[in-house]
Amino acid sequence: MEILIASAVAVITAAGVYLTLSTRTFTVVIGLTLLTYATNLFLFTTGRLETNRADIVLDPSAQDVPHADPIPQALVLTAIVISFGMTALILVMSVRGYFESEGDHVDLLGPEESVARDRE
Amino acid sequence: MNHWMILPILLPAIVAPLLALAVRHDIVLARVFSVGSAVSLVLVGLLQLGMAADGETRIYSLGDWPPPFGIVLVLDRLSALMLVLTAVLGLAVLLYAINGCDRRGAHFHPLFQFQLMGLNGAFLTGDLFNLFVFFEVLLIASYGLMVHGGGAARLRAGIQYVVVNLVGSTLFLFALGLIYGVTGTLNMADLAVKVPEVSPGDRPLLYAGGSLLLVVFGIKSAAVPLQFWLPGTYANASGPVAALFSVMTKVGAYAILRVFVLAFGETAGEDAWFAARWLVPAAFATLGVGMVGVLASRSLGQQASFAALGSMGTLLIAVAGFTPESGSAALYYLVHSTLAIAALFLIVDAVIIRRPGFGDALTASPRFAHDGLIGAMYFVTAIAVIGMPPLSGFVGKLLILDALRGTTGWGWGWAAILGTSMLALIGFAAAGSVLFWKGGAVEGRLETSSRHPIVLPMVATGALLVMLVGVTGFGGPMTRYFDATAAQLFEPSGYVEAVLGDEAGPGDGAGPGDGSALGDDEGERK
Repeated sequence: MEILIASAVAVITAAGVYLTLSTRTFTVVIGLTLLTYATNLFLFTTGRLETNRADIVLDPSAQDVPHADPIPQALVLTAIVISFGMTALILVMSVRGYFESEGDHVDLLGPEESVARDRE
Repeated sequence: MNHWMILPILLPAIVAPLLALAVRHDIVLARVFSVGSAVSLVLVGLLQLGMAADGETRIYSLGDWPPPFGIVLVLDRLSALMLVLTAVLGLAVLLYAINGCDRRGAHFHPLFQFQLMGLNGAFLTGDLFNLFVFFEVLLIASYGLMVHGGGAARLRAGIQYVVVNLVGSTLFLFALGLIYGVTGTLNMADLAVKVPEVSPGDRPLLYAGGSLLLVVFGIKSAAVPLQFWLPGTYANASGPVAALFSVMTKVGAYAILRVFVLAFGETAGEDAWFAARWLVPAAFATLGVGMVGVLASRSLGQQASFAALGSMGTLLIAVAGFTPESGSAALYYLVHSTLAIAALFLIVDAVIIRRPGFGDALTASPRFAHDGLIGAMYFVTAIAVIGMPPLSGFVGKLLILDALRGTTGWGWGWAAILGTSMLALIGFAAAGSVLFWKGGAVEGRLETSSRHPIVLPMVATGALLVMLVGVTGFGGPMTRYFDATAAQLFEPSGYVEAVLGDEAGPGDGAGPGDGSALGDDEGERK
């Protein structure tokens, strides 16, 4: 399970970094989304990987009851909400950039300019 | 519990939605509310400065959850100082912006208030994850402010600024995950207790988390090699927005001072002060890149951006000293450079709107309206930014040079700071003479199509300059306050006791799971 989760985080992060480094805003947005997925998955595992454990122990006299750590879950929730908002914002700005330049180059070059630059 | 403490966050948080929803069609009412909020923030900030001056660290537990389980706000001398600085800068910039800049795009005032809320929150919070949240609040407001006014160049710089900061936020979360994974807490005071107890097997993870955190704060404070976003962003943002942003890079410096002194300072064992190893070369490189940029700039806005970068380099040199003396010098320089750089950006904006067809390009144009007054202000601000006597930049650099004296390789440090000041001197002198002197030799006179108000913008810019003179004139009392602030900052036990109570380190925030995703979890158990 550890290897599965760790390699999943690694692969998603690598894909995210690769896409973020591209010159098109669309792929950059996809890359950022993948990066936030990797982050969320990683944050979730900081509470240790375990299944079928309660996160709130109701019996006050219980000692050393195995329980799940609720804090990473709260952190992930916050991170998801924030990254959702940020993704929406960067999408709006990219669309705006598309209308300004009629292309989706990150430097807002027009279609001909960006094709010429890609060829170089 | 003292409820005044949460007011710097609550007040803009209430005013901003009110501005966005209730009074968005009435610019006069929006200005009244916005200025009212800014004035109240100055008053509240001064009140808190007075409270914090007794040296006691006050805490405010949100929802009355006891720390380290709940989120706490912490008010000490450093937080109070940053609150006052933000509030004063916010008020001056707002007074400048209501000359008409605030009508060039929608929602200037609500975004401005949200920006202040994020800044105040970042300065007050005592929890790392909460710091992340307030960073996001101030960033998302800054994204909106950055593209305020529209235009393709601004949008291009804006998209790149947003992407860089989104990647920064991702790194921040990875850092928080690593640190939480090995220490089981994100409360800064609790971290100061838990970091020394981390087992040797978990040390590399902690080190990786701390380094990532340094990278994140490095992006915020534009330390080389993470500075690429700054020149484009500042030069393309509208003047008042760039002026407000002059405090945003300082958030990075504040966070470095706060987190790395508390959690990775004296008590951190083998990781003690590891930030200094990376920060010192980065700071000198930042200083060099910034000041060479000042010399090479082709427009006034670009020059102001590189001056901001250079001043961050000087500030980070002082921060990276991590001693009470250099901390005190850093705080003095921080206050000075925030005010000076803000004044510089306001002057750039005043020049741009009076030179149609020329903008802020460093080419000789016919004389323009009020060029004498604006030129004089540019002259005074340049003296402050370069660090020439008699203004506060000189005092600030002197304090930093004095704090460096005796450390290893201080001769090179002195040479770097003094040499780059020379570069800045040449750059500013060249720019000023082209803009304000050569105009006399060109025929004609530039007339702007619409009348631009002169009184309020110049009063706002002048107020910043008067404050610079004040920072110089009251240098003695201020340095005493900064000395006390630095002494309090570099004595984390007071902070830890205030937050956690007398028995330090109660409770075990981490899950007692036996499967471990991150390696040995002995360190987080009691």
